[in-house]
Amino acid sequence: MHFLQPTTWAEALEAKAAHPDAVAIAGGTDVMVAVNFGRLRPARLLDLTRIEDLRQWDTEDGAVRLGAGVPYARVITELGDRLPGLAMAARTIGSPQIRNRGTVGGNLATASPAGDAHPALLAADAEVEVASVRGSRRIPVADFYTGVKRTAMADDELIAAVRIVPPSGPQQYSKIGTRNAMVIAVAAFGLALHPARRAVGTGIGSAAPTPRRAPAAEEFLAGELDGSWDSRAELPSATAARFGELVAEAAAPIDDVRGTARYRVHALSVMARRALTWAWAEYRTDSRDSPKEA
Amino acid sequence: MRLTCTVNGTEQQVDDVWEGESLLYVLRERMGLPGSKNACEQGECGSCTVYLDGLPVCACLVAAGQAEGREVGTVEGLTDGDTGELHPVQQAFLDAGAVQCGFCTPGLLVATDDLVGRSLAEGRKPADAEIREALAGNLCRCTGYEKILDAVRLAADRMSEAGR
Repeated sequence: MHFLQPTTWAEALEAKAAHPDAVAIAGGTDVMVAVNFGRLRPARLLDLTRIEDLRQWDTEDGAVRLGAGVPYARVITELGDRLPGLAMAARTIGSPQIRNRGTVGGNLATASPAGDAHPALLAADAEVEVASVRGSRRIPVADFYTGVKRTAMADDELIAAVRIVPPSGPQQYSKIGTRNAMVIAVAAFGLALHPARRAVGTGIGSAAPTPRRAPAAEEFLAGELDGSWDSRAELPSATAARFGELVAEAAAPIDDVRGTARYRVHALSVMARRALTWAWAEYRTDSRDSPKEA
Repeated sequence: MRLTCTVNGTEQQVDDVWEGESLLYVLRERMGLPGSKNACEQGECGSCTVYLDGLPVCACLVAAGQAEGREVGTVEGLTDGDTGELHPVQQAFLDAGAVQCGFCTPGLLVATDDLVGRSLAEGRKPADAEIREALAGNLCRCTGYEKILDAVRLAADRMSEAGR
């Protein structure tokens, strides 16, 4: 095994181009588990922790450009106000030790259907910025996941950053597991209300071969809220319940050691209903969430 | 490959490190520092918690090469190197009866040292909810959590009084 340690992004892309089979490692919270248990013996590990650019975030064209190597702990402390949904997801991840190391870029690269960041990224319409020596491109996160632990990336590409437009409305995140810390989600749900464009974003985790949205639920709720963005009227409980049903219908879960498909579907309907109830209550009381703001 | 890093304030250099090796293996098997414990090897149990550039991490999930040039702090570094006097966090764990089989103790000591250090730096003691959150990644199979929580409070009280 070789250990490649580029210190610049250009060097990293050159290394990945020269050795497409090199396995990228950042926080190691997925890769090292596989190496420790003998499930992964790559010819090369490509360590990305020396690349300072990856550990930065900034704002660009109204979006937060979150470097792929920013650990979850910093997403929570530095971006909790700008990216509330992702920060909520980040708080549920692992333990302090894991959040000090694990990164959103790593969550995306692993592309586990149970990855905690995915529902929040889907709900917020995030874009994944990937790059190679051939150039860089942005992939809408909903198109990024192509199968169980498979992504739309080419062999010579690395994840540079995630782009997320700070929300014009409330975001929520909900996750079910056997305890609060150190759990792989049995099911998870992310919600974003977008009053500025009168739209709704959703993300389902651990309940399909890939993380996925619930388009029918989004369309239904956007239609129901059409007259309410300005009036901020109370949300009928039947609307929240129907939204939960439609989210659950979008899932395609399996039975496994963490839970049954039936439980996951039920849990999703409950989480979606509650997330919407919380988000709408916040929207009704928070004057900052003006629909006229971008 | 060769690995050079600072461990508990002293520069260490080891050779013939396998590229897929964890920092935990290097500490225990190559540097003679077996305080950090090897239990789950998947970041679940926290028994291998060490400082890496000042942040508590699971040493089993750090590839050895990632520690090149970095500062590592292990449980061995808590004890006063000159006098052998235990760190207040260590003494509090003993006094509170927070040590049973002892396997989780090194990781808990580092995690507690980090929590209490951060809290006191902000001029306050950690609240119970904060203690539970900070130690959520450290499992005790003896299930002696009540005494562990007592020990954290005791350490925070003593270190707060001592102004450390």
